[in-house]
Amino acid sequence: MQSWIRITDIFSKAIGHAFAWCILVLTASTCFEVFMRYVLHDPTVWAFDMSYILYGALFMMSGAYALSRGSHVRGDFIYRKWSAVTQAKVDLVLYFLFFFPAVFAMVFTGARYSFESARILESSVNSPAGIPVWPLKMVIFVAGLTLLMAGIAEVMRCIICIKTGRWPARSGDVEELEVILVKQHEQEVMQQESGVPATEAPK
Amino acid sequence: MSDPAVALLMLGIFIVFIFLGFPIAFTLMAMGLSFGAYAYFDPSSAFWDNRIFYLFTQNTFSVMNNDVLISVPLFLFMGYIIERANILDRLFFSLQIGLRFLPGSMAVAALVTCALFATATGIVGAVVTLMGLIALPAMLKAGYDQKLSSGVITAGGTLGILIPPSILLIVYAATASVSVVKLYAAALIPGFMLAGFYILYVITRAVLNPSLCPKPKDAVEYGIVKSLLLVFQAFVPLAALILAVLGSILFGLATPSEAAAMGALGGIILAVVYKAFTWERLRESVYLTARTSAMVCFLFVGAATFSSVFSYLGGEHVVKDLMLGLDLTPIQFLLLAQLIIFVLGWPLEWSEIIIIFVPIFLPLLPYFGVDPILFGILIAINLQTSFLTPPMAMSAYYLKGVAPKGLELWTIFKGCFPFVGMVLLTLAITYIYPSVVTYLPDVFFNQAVEIPIDPNDSSVVDPSIFKGM
Repeated sequence: MQSWIRITDIFSKAIGHAFAWCILVLTASTCFEVFMRYVLHDPTVWAFDMSYILYGALFMMSGAYALSRGSHVRGDFIYRKWSAVTQAKVDLVLYFLFFFPAVFAMVFTGARYSFESARILESSVNSPAGIPVWPLKMVIFVAGLTLLMAGIAEVMRCIICIKTGRWPARSGDVEELEVILVKQHEQEVMQQESGVPATEAPK
Repeated sequence: MSDPAVALLMLGIFIVFIFLGFPIAFTLMAMGLSFGAYAYFDPSSAFWDNRIFYLFTQNTFSVMNNDVLISVPLFLFMGYIIERANILDRLFFSLQIGLRFLPGSMAVAALVTCALFATATGIVGAVVTLMGLIALPAMLKAGYDQKLSSGVITAGGTLGILIPPSILLIVYAATASVSVVKLYAAALIPGFMLAGFYILYVITRAVLNPSLCPKPKDAVEYGIVKSLLLVFQAFVPLAALILAVLGSILFGLATPSEAAAMGALGGIILAVVYKAFTWERLRESVYLTARTSAMVCFLFVGAATFSSVFSYLGGEHVVKDLMLGLDLTPIQFLLLAQLIIFVLGWPLEWSEIIIIFVPIFLPLLPYFGVDPILFGILIAINLQTSFLTPPMAMSAYYLKGVAPKGLELWTIFKGCFPFVGMVLLTLAITYIYPSVVTYLPDVFFNQAVEIPIDPNDSSVVDPSIFKGM
């Protein structure tokens, strides 16, 4: 179970990280389009299609990554007051009640929708360039599959938590600046209290 | 059970389930799908041929090629880049020097720094924690009042969700199908008005009671030239970047997503100039952008299906009849709507409120003659309070997380309350004089366009022939 969690986490993270770079391509291609339009007066035909394809792929394929990092927003003002075991039990039930049916629907209907689109090699109607959009529709199906895997890992996390009484730690990854700063501050305060001089915080 | 009753049941169950703390995007998807399967149930076809499943993929795809939401990851990326550009301490230091002739200069400098930085990044948490580490200890050391210092940082950082380019406004624009550009123009005056109130308040307090904000004793004296140079190095580039992004949007030179992309490029250049650019930081920004965009856009995916099933079942009509049955005047309706959003702001985050709960009010706006842009700005002002008042009070908790020992959470809350008062004052002014919101959009976008017509040009149709129709 532990190894499945580790492997899926690495997998979700790798896919999320890979598709995250879409943002850089998106930034670059949009800047290029602005340059072409205002400086060379020769706007590209592909920029609009490219922008939403990159954006759509970016967020859909990062869904599993966000799930494996626990970044999907929760209405947690009661939830966070519960003990870890209660949290895990409620989560476990709701994963089966909400998460898996929704993601199964995403996989199955996404497959039907996108295979149909791929069969006719559907392309965009926004420009004469004929940018293919079927790969983007395929993303719904693939993103559903990655979510399914990440969801299984989350369920295993819940089971481990119910057994051991605490949430298994998530492997390291980039964190929001405020989270890092608050953690550093806590450590410094603890070190000061235990009499050890605080080490210089890395900037 | 009649369909509208089912719709109300759906909303009721959903609200209960929100508080179980499950990731809301998936709750929305599952509820939308299951109630949709009931709504579109057709005994003659197989379960998998139910139209809800097609609707679900169609809705998902419509979020994926939504040309308003493209700006969300781009603005997030710009924010994460600027957040890591080592710019905040320079900004605070230079403003402190530049504003030292003012009473309470450090507090004013902290306020301006927070507001500017929050505007550029659109991320509240980072501003408040960074300022809590840089400005708060400095202010307390100089003998500034604890309540005033913490109030300034929390309130200043929260301005980022109101002053454009704010991500909250993009998300509202996508939900309400209004123009991002008009919304940005509309938010400018209220945003700066609120910031102005904050600054006036701090200066007034400092004048009335100088012991709150003692002049720094060991301040190094800088000459005029040196001060100007410092301000020029730290303040001007960031302000210019924001102005360029906003200006190009407002004057119609670029779409919001193009302006955001250019802003992100500008942020990278700024980081390179300040020698803060590393591949590690770029990587962090890229990954965090992906995670946060997934969080926001998956909410949209869930909400799209949920709300279309809700209105198919006739839920909108029930809500409409209910509200119209109360026989409210437009002002009463606005007050009630804002009160509900204010209460929702305690337990929920802004993204959930805008994407899930605001759409319930949107169909009612035409009946009360309320401009959806005005409504959006009122919400953005209103949600400031949710960051500052318990129990949610994210800004206050972030500050507490990095505050020096001895600064109690309750002191921070007490420091926030005057600022919450000013938020309510701004809200009241916006209710009484809606022109503070509508003035700029009118100036920018509602000018009658007269095109000179050449009567001899046979290819041009004289538009006056349409007038008799």
